[in-house]
This record gives sequence, C-alpha cells and structure tokens, in this order.
Amino acid sequence: MTTDAAAIGGMGHSVKRKEDARFLRGKGRYIDDIKLPGMLYMDIVRSPYAHANIKSIDASKALALPGVLAVITGKDLDAAGLAWMPTLMSDKQMVLPVDRVVYQAQEVAAVVATERYIAADGVALVEVDYEPLPPVIDPFKALEPDAPLVRPDREAQTNHIWHWESGDKARTDQLFNEAEVTVKEHIYLPRIHVSSIETCGCVASFDKVSGKLTVYMTTQAPHAIRTVYSLVTGIQEHKIRIVSPDIGGGFGGKVPVYPGYVIASVASIQTGLPVKWIEDRSENLQADSFARDYHITAELAAKNDGTMQALRVKTLADHGAFDAAANPSKFPAGLFSIITGSYRLDAAHVEVDGVYTNKPSGGVAYRCSFRVTEAVHTIERMVDTLAQKLQRDPAAVRMQNFIQPDAFPYKSATGWEYDSGNYPAALQKAMEKIDYAGLRREQAEKRARGELMGIGISTFTEIVGAGPSHTFDILGIKMFDSCEIRVHPTGSAIVRIGVQTQGQGHETTFAQIVAEELGLPVENITVEHGDTDTAPYGLGTYASRSTPTAGAATAVAARKIRDKAKKLAGHLLEVSPDDVEWVDYHFQVKGVPGRSVTMKDIAFAAYTNFPPDLEAGLEAVDYYDPPNLTFPFGAYICVVDIDRGTGMVKIRRFVAVDDCGNIINPMIVDGQIHGGLTMGMAPALFEAITYDENGNMQQSNFMDYLLPTAMETPVWETDKTTTPSPHHPFGAKGVGESATVGAPPAIANAVVDALSHLGVTHLDIPITPWKVYQILQEHGAAES
Amino acid sequence: MTQHVKLTINGRPYEADVPSRLLLVHFIREVAGLTGTHIGCDTTSCGACTVLVNGTPAKSCTLFAVQTDGANISTVEGLEQGGTLHPIQEGFYEEHGLQCGFCTPGMMMTSIAFLQENPDPTDDEIRHAISGNLCRCTGYMQIVKAVQYAARKMRDEQATPNTADSSAATATEAEVIR
Repeated sequence: MTTDAAAIGGMGHSVKRKEDARFLRGKGRYIDDIKLPGMLYMDIVRSPYAHANIKSIDASKALALPGVLAVITGKDLDAAGLAWMPTLMSDKQMVLPVDRVVYQAQEVAAVVATERYIAADGVALVEVDYEPLPPVIDPFKALEPDAPLVRPDREAQTNHIWHWESGDKARTDQLFNEAEVTVKEHIYLPRIHVSSIETCGCVASFDKVSGKLTVYMTTQAPHAIRTVYSLVTGIQEHKIRIVSPDIGGGFGGKVPVYPGYVIASVASIQTGLPVKWIEDRSENLQADSFARDYHITAELAAKNDGTMQALRVKTLADHGAFDAAANPSKFPAGLFSIITGSYRLDAAHVEVDGVYTNKPSGGVAYRCSFRVTEAVHTIERMVDTLAQKLQRDPAAVRMQNFIQPDAFPYKSATGWEYDSGNYPAALQKAMEKIDYAGLRREQAEKRARGELMGIGISTFTEIVGAGPSHTFDILGIKMFDSCEIRVHPTGSAIVRIGVQTQGQGHETTFAQIVAEELGLPVENITVEHGDTDTAPYGLGTYASRSTPTAGAATAVAARKIRDKAKKLAGHLLEVSPDDVEWVDYHFQVKGVPGRSVTMKDIAFAAYTNFPPDLEAGLEAVDYYDPPNLTFPFGAYICVVDIDRGTGMVKIRRFVAVDDCGNIINPMIVDGQIHGGLTMGMAPALFEAITYDENGNMQQSNFMDYLLPTAMETPVWETDKTTTPSPHHPFGAKGVGESATVGAPPAIANAVVDALSHLGVTHLDIPITPWKVYQILQEHGAAES
Repeated sequence: MTQHVKLTINGRPYEADVPSRLLLVHFIREVAGLTGTHIGCDTTSCGACTVLVNGTPAKSCTLFAVQTDGANISTVEGLEQGGTLHPIQEGFYEEHGLQCGFCTPGMMMTSIAFLQENPDPTDDEIRHAISGNLCRCTGYMQIVKAVQYAARKMRDEQATPNTADSSAATATEAEVIR
C-alpha cells in the first residue's frame, strides 16, 4: 500500500490556500465587518501639539449633539485607575492624559455616539484648551541638561531611559588599538511605519448579565492581551474573551495594546452596549506602530588582508514618549546583538541608549520587531565599507570572513549560538544566478562611459523563533507556543494553535504539518486560531515565530497522537505495537506491507473499537518550549541603474537566495519572500517618517508616505538553499521577516557601489532621487 | 439632510434615504451590507475600496452615495456566478495573488475593468493598471501572474463561447459561512 503524497499535501507541497475561499468572495470577516445589535461608534479627539498642558476639556457642545451618548476623558479613566497602562517594556503609557499630552495625535478624549458620522461630528465639538510646551524632537538634544522633560511622571528626572550593552568591551577596544585597518560610519535608520492596508480597530462588547467582556480586536497576540487586560482591570480572566478576526496585514504593528482598544472597552462596560472603534489612515500613520529610529555609529577593525576582527557599535535609540517597544522583557534593544552577522569576529561590543522624545512610541515593528533589521543593515554596510577602503571586491571579503559550514553550532562574539548555516553556498548560488562576474565587467564598461550602475550584496543572518523560556518572556509570560489536535472518528481533524495569522496562510500550512505527521489529507484538516475561548494559550504571531514555535508544537502534538495510534494499530492488526511501523503515511506490520491500517481506520477505532487498557479518543496538546532560536539566512544581490538626470534609482535585478530550513509550502514561502523584499525596498528607497522642530508629523497620508506600487516593485528572482535547523522537530526556521531584514543593505550597497568612484562611502536610507541628485551635482556627475 | 438614493448593486436594486454626506463605500458596506469592499486610506490612495460604477473602476471612499444615484455598481460579491468563480478570482487563487486578502477585492475589480479594455496585456501594462491599488503583503508579482491567468482564461472563453466550465476545482469548495 502506498499513499499519494500529493493527495496528503504534507511538507513541501505548494498546497493552494484554504483561507482564499472566503477572501476571494468578499466573505472575509475583518474588524470593520463586525456589526453587533445596538452597536455604538467611538471616535477619538487627538492632540494638535507634540507637548502641551491640558488646561481644560469642555465636552458640553459635543454632548448636546443628538446621538452623542458620552465623552470619555483622562479624568474619567483616572477615577477607574485606567488612565495609564503598562507597556511591554516595564514602562507605562497614557490611555488618556489627565493633564498633559506628550506627542502630536495623542488620544485626548473619546466620543461615543449612535452612528459613525455623529461620533466624528462630536470629536470636532470637544473643546480642549491647551498650553503649548517646548517639545523635544531630536534625541541627541533630549540628553542635553536643559532639555525639556518628556516624562516628569518618572522618578528619574531625565530623558534617558536605559543603557544596554553586549559583548566584550576590553577585548574589542584592544583589537581596535592594535588594528591594521579600521572603518567607521554614522548610520541612521529612520522611523518607518508598517501601514498594513487595514488600520487598527476593535469592537468591545460587555455583557452586563454574565459580566463577560468580549473584544474583537486587530491583534497579533490575543492571549497575551487577555492576560494583560485581566491584570490591568481586575476582571477575572475567564470573563474576558479576545477574538482576533481576519486581519488585513499585521507586520508587527498589531502587537501592542493601543489606547483605543482600552477606551472602547471602558465605553462598552459603561454603556452596556457594543462599541466599535476604527482608526482612519491618518490616525494610524500618526499614532501607531513605528519602527527603527536608530542612530548608529559603527566601527569595524580588520587586518590589511581583509580578515575582520572586531566590531564596535554605539547607538542612540529614539523611543518616543513611552517605552512601548515590542520586545521580550529582558531585551530593551531587542536582538540587536545579532549584529556580528554571518562573520567570524574575535570580539564585538554593542551599546544602545534609549531616549524619550515628544513623538509616539517607537521601536514597535516593521516586519521585524526585535531590531534585527538595524543590526543587519549595520554589519552589511560595514563589510562593504571595509571592502571599499581595502579596494577589495565585497563578495570576496564576505567569502573570506564567513563562519564556515563546519563551525556550527557557532557561538557568536555576542553570545548567540547559531544553530546551522552554509553561507558560502548561498552567496555562491546567488553570484552564479545573477552572473556576478559578468555584471562587474558590464559595470566597468558603463563607468568608462559615465553611466551609473551599482551591484550590492547582503549576506544576512536572521534570528527568530523566540523563544527559549529561560531567556524570553513578555511581561513574565514565557514565550512558548502551543497546539491542540483532535482527530474525529471518521478521520478528519481540527487543529487549534496559539499563534494567529495576518495573511501568512496558517490555516493551510498548519494543516499541512498535521497531514504530514498523521497521513490525513490536508483538505480534511481544519485550523482555528485567534479566539482565546477556544485556542490554546500562545504568545502570538510576530518576529517570524509561528513556525519555529507553534509549528513545532503542532508536529509534537501530532507525534503524540501517532504514538497512541500505534497502539491502536497493533490492536487492529492483532500484533504487538512494537511490531508495527509507520511507513508512507500508514502503519504496517514490520516487513509485511500487505498488513496495514490507515490513520482513518485508527481514528474510527479510537472511538468504536479500542483495547481495554487504552482511553477512548484521539487527541493531544503540546506546549513547545524551543531549546534555541533558529537562524535563517540568505544571500541577496541587487543591481541598480541610476538616472543622472533625476537621481532616480532603478532596481534592474534582484536575486534573493534564502535559506529558512525545511519548507512546509514553497508557494507560500515564495509569497512571503516577495512581500518581504518589497517591504525591504520600501524603506531603502521611499519611506520615512519625519517631524518638524515643533513635532508635527510630516507624512500623515499615503500621498506623503510612499508605499511602493506595482510600478516601482521589480520582478524578484528567488532561489533557495536548504540547511535544516537541527533542533526544530521538522527542521524549519521561519521566513516572514527574512527578506525585509536582508534587502535594505543590498539596495543601499548597490547605490553606494554605483557612486563609489565619486568618493561616496555611505548613504542613509531612504535613498531618494533628491538625495542622489544632490550628490551627483556636488561631483559634477549630474546630467542637466 | 437626507436624500433618496436608488442604486443597483450586482444586479439587485437598493433604495434608501441616506445622509447627503454618506460615502458610497458606507452605503455599500452598511446600507447594502456588502462588506467585501474595504476601506484602507480614506484618501483615494490605496484602492481597497475600488468598485465598478457603470463598469468603470471608482474608489468608493471618496464618492458620495448620492453622486452615484441611479448607477449600476459591481462589487466583489457579484463576481461568482452560479457557483463558478470569475476568472480573476480563479487566477488569484491559482497564482497565490493574495495573502491577508484586504486589498484583494479592490485589486480584482480594477483588474476586471482593465482586462475588458486590454484583453491581452503585457506584465508592464498590468503593473501600470493596478498602480492605484496598494498591496502590502505580496510584492505584486503573483498579482500580475493572477491577472495574466485571468486574461488567458477570459480570452479562451471568448474564443469558445458556451463552454463555461462549471467543474472548476475552486468552485466546489464549501463557502465559508460568515
């Protein structure tokens, strides 16, 4: 008996997505699609000032408007002890301010009305008397002694939040003192915004009879939110249900608890009616989910022959007015110490100082929440800077310094244990695919003619799958993840997972894991997630952690079922379970292919014909605590042409060789990489959030904040190598972030390479046409 | 102030007294209850709210319902006919043209109108046509392939009429109940 692997649809098959059926028909259920009987609408009054005292709030005109039922202010919340809430980083943030606003567009009051449009009218009628205060916008100035204080509520009367460091400072300094060659660059990674096409929102519904609060919420981490809600409000956790419905893109921006969720919940408890709150795009762009904002000074020490020896990095991190970054508790600078990248280094020392400014909370996420993008950009730029100084080819310098395939598991200079990798193979593959040597010849010819062409490389190492519980927690909750599987009598199954999906295709890929492990066809497996009343406890989906954690839990839970199934197989085949083996998706008597039973037969027996010493049923739960993180990697090569008349950078080719270990669904992985590359190109060339000296945010809509369209996005050329994770149950590593992390330095390196003969050694992203054109003009290289 | 508005959406008449300022997208979503048309930016930039107004793509977040009084509106809910997916829906499914699905309805409506004008487009022409519709998940490559899939299928159907294939694999999938 052989089973058709394609019909099972397990590991490695490009199974078409189950979730598409509803999305293609307009039958998705996103947050604004939810409408409950008697539902009210909430809209938010926001501050026009970055820093101001609130002298008074007069809601009388708003309350006089027919349809307006309530105006909620900070004083109302303060009376209930809810004016402040904890952040994930041991700080606290205002839900609504009592007497002071600390960034532009901060929530000041909320209007609750019978209709959406009336709530908006009510917002315009709330009169707030502000006394403007001088804001602190530049994080360097925030550290000056006479700087205005962003957070006088804190005991420490300073804008400095924390200092963090990693590595061996003495050894690093010594290597720098003795170094034959050193390079140094100031690198700024600007504030950017995820801008998922769906904004944030919720529908809060409090049932006065049962005392139960249900909140439908655009969240990537429903269980963690339930626990935080319970701790903050004192409502018993079984009386709180958080439901994450279909989510229109997350990218980390839907991890935090935003004030709107809390205010809507309070409004529902007060009114006893469901309350809906949906952000508009300007609110979303101005107030939520910023990433990066790292001011980095990096130095690399090496020998004259190009051997890299040490890395020294100092960073000023602009966290805005509240330290509400989305990092594991013990990691205020995320996993920034992955900054030694794919290279052997004798020593490294990395420092980050977090600073408050009068901006919304920073450091949340942009398809990477744990500062890996900042780290990768730094090391990949520095390797190129070194190659440029030594007049060496950047590919050759990388090959010379890579951690070699036989060196894994590899302990990095900052203490991480890389699980597996083969960096030379990935770069070699990318170079062959793009014809690197041919491109260098073409570049030389073009340069001789005055044309500007550049080739950029990024050979990045990612760090995902948080995390081992001994090191990783969110507010004390360990970062394990979970799965629960029930096999029904007729051989179909339901799988519930602790993670959640925002487009990654979990309803398909997690079914594939179970299909592979149990030999049940993927079409007969349903995956559910996102409802805290039914899903097992988990920490949610972000930072490429779903497959490394909940994916592992799913495989382990399925293997528990298979262990029990083996006993049932022995019973059905009338042999000892020890004489039964799992071959080709079914059990057979060892060495007797003719005597076999399928999982479907076994499932039926589990409910109808089980031996007396075995419990009925066929189900299992697993809470998986990974022994280590996983370390996906890749080699990207980008070719750009620069228009000397406009400064416009055009990506002509981009080859991405990714290695995320064993792959569940190649079609979905390719899609993740395409999207990730596009979200890597976006900050490299287009996107940045900036503020004027008064703290006015300058990109509050999609006409000023430039998301790539299909016109700017090139045809991505993807390929892969496969280096399984040795500690993951099926050798997978995670992929969602990789391309967003790896792509920006490939593009920046390509542009610098195109301009290197003019003496350019570094350009901060986004590399806009204006920025390039100014350089061309300075060097007399612009075409008029 | 309210005004009486009479629209046809996906062939079905809708009539209501609505505030003059009611946006077309809110008429579609809340008066007609068709929530497949989404709102992403409120400023005509992202295209998540794209519907066809008398066959022409329009961003329904910046039109008042009263402006389209008497019009024929097509939304994503009207694409599937008799249990058979429209070629554009089939294309997005087969080519993995969607991830979170939020931009997908608008993207498909734009593409349908484009393919009616240009049934045999180049990839670049498709990219130009959908450049008013933002997608944050896919990087557009599989969307371009999805539109090419639909173009091929629609050309084939044009060439051989009366052979509507009702056994398309996707058409038999159980519709998810909301």
